[in-house]
Amino acid sequence: MPNKLYPDAATALAGVVFDGMTIMSGGFGLCGIPEKLIAALKDTGTKDITAISNNAGVDGFGLGILLGTRQISKMIASYVGENKEFERQYLARELELEFNPQGTLAERIRAGGAGIPGFYTKTGVGTLVAEGKEHKDFGGETYIMETGLVADVALVKAWKADPYGNLVYRKTARNFNPMMATAGKVTIAEVEELVEAGSLDPDHIHTPGIYVQRLIVGQDYEKRIEQRTVRVRESV
Amino acid sequence: MAWNRDEQAARAARELQDGFYVNLGIGMPTLVANHIAPGIDITLQSENGMLGMGPFPYEDEIDADLINAGKQTITELRRSSYFNSADSFAMVRGGHIDLSILGAMEVAENGDLANWMIPGKMVKGMGGAMDLVAGVKRIIVLMEHNSKSGEAKFKTECTLPLTGKGVVDMVISDLAVLARPAKGEGFRLVELAPGVTLDELRAKTEGGFAA
Repeated sequence: MPNKLYPDAATALAGVVFDGMTIMSGGFGLCGIPEKLIAALKDTGTKDITAISNNAGVDGFGLGILLGTRQISKMIASYVGENKEFERQYLARELELEFNPQGTLAERIRAGGAGIPGFYTKTGVGTLVAEGKEHKDFGGETYIMETGLVADVALVKAWKADPYGNLVYRKTARNFNPMMATAGKVTIAEVEELVEAGSLDPDHIHTPGIYVQRLIVGQDYEKRIEQRTVRVRESV
Repeated sequence: MAWNRDEQAARAARELQDGFYVNLGIGMPTLVANHIAPGIDITLQSENGMLGMGPFPYEDEIDADLINAGKQTITELRRSSYFNSADSFAMVRGGHIDLSILGAMEVAENGDLANWMIPGKMVKGMGGAMDLVAGVKRIIVLMEHNSKSGEAKFKTECTLPLTGKGVVDMVISDLAVLARPAKGEGFRLVELAPGVTLDELRAKTEGGFAA
């Protein structure tokens, strides 16, 4: 078996990044983002990146890092409300932005990874999202055509991996990562823990290793929390 | 004496039926979870990939890998399940969710909803809202009846870019409940908040409804 394990994020990115490339980056908000690979991508100095990600990080963390360095020239996302620098660059027309409804974005990536070039959905009919898209009626209802998405490199974050690249995610940190893993020409996964072959239950693997070409183990995850909401334990 | 936010949320909670799978939007709709009546069993869906969303964690239970669609830390329940975003929106778009309660900037008398952008001013994005209104069986909007500048938010026509066309089934504002029996029909007054008169409601409403 070819070795999928790389010593660190920088070596895992070597040879697959280039100016003008399209990346996918997993995560919902800052939950389940490939924080080590994003930091390493910054250090490569790769420019003119089209980034496909549900969100754009926050100022100084997640994809916000690559927006701060102006390495991203276009974003495809569903919600960018947490990033002030993003809003500033967009309103100043320094950044191209394509909003996709979140379910449409997820399905475009799923379709891209599955070799499906397009599909029809009701989502967005009668809105700005539908402009310029093919409309078609099925059973008396109108749908619009959306196209599949693929990327030159998909960056994903999982909880555990085995050396074959089988991945397991944890709780809501799964989100967009499994679909993105299928839609990268090269998929690089970063994980918190590498386990021995055979120690993951094959019935419980979320992403089969066929989708993962490169693998790194990250150290000291920051896992920043955006909204720390708690309840108070009543004293007994 | 109009309804306050909590009373609006409590009114919305009366629309929940036993066994419903429900998606609550960010902001006032999240308050609905605090008003679920005893004996009514509801499973909350969080579109970032969870069914069976639990309450906020105690300080020592906080888990960065466990958040809701508003990016707030939450907890899991015995019934909870996790899934990826495509599966999450298959639930939404496939018509498997019974009810979604959302906020709005504008609702039109034909059921059009606008709640995702103000051109030139605010570019946050639609997130999952367009999918929810296109796929969920019933859509309830919780909103202030009038904007801060006093403008009616239930209008003859939306002026802002739409989230969905003809998608709203019920509006619960601080002044009244307006609903329509089916999509394609007009809105009717269901209930006035205590102390609100029909004349006052008409004066503060632009869109048409049957009293």
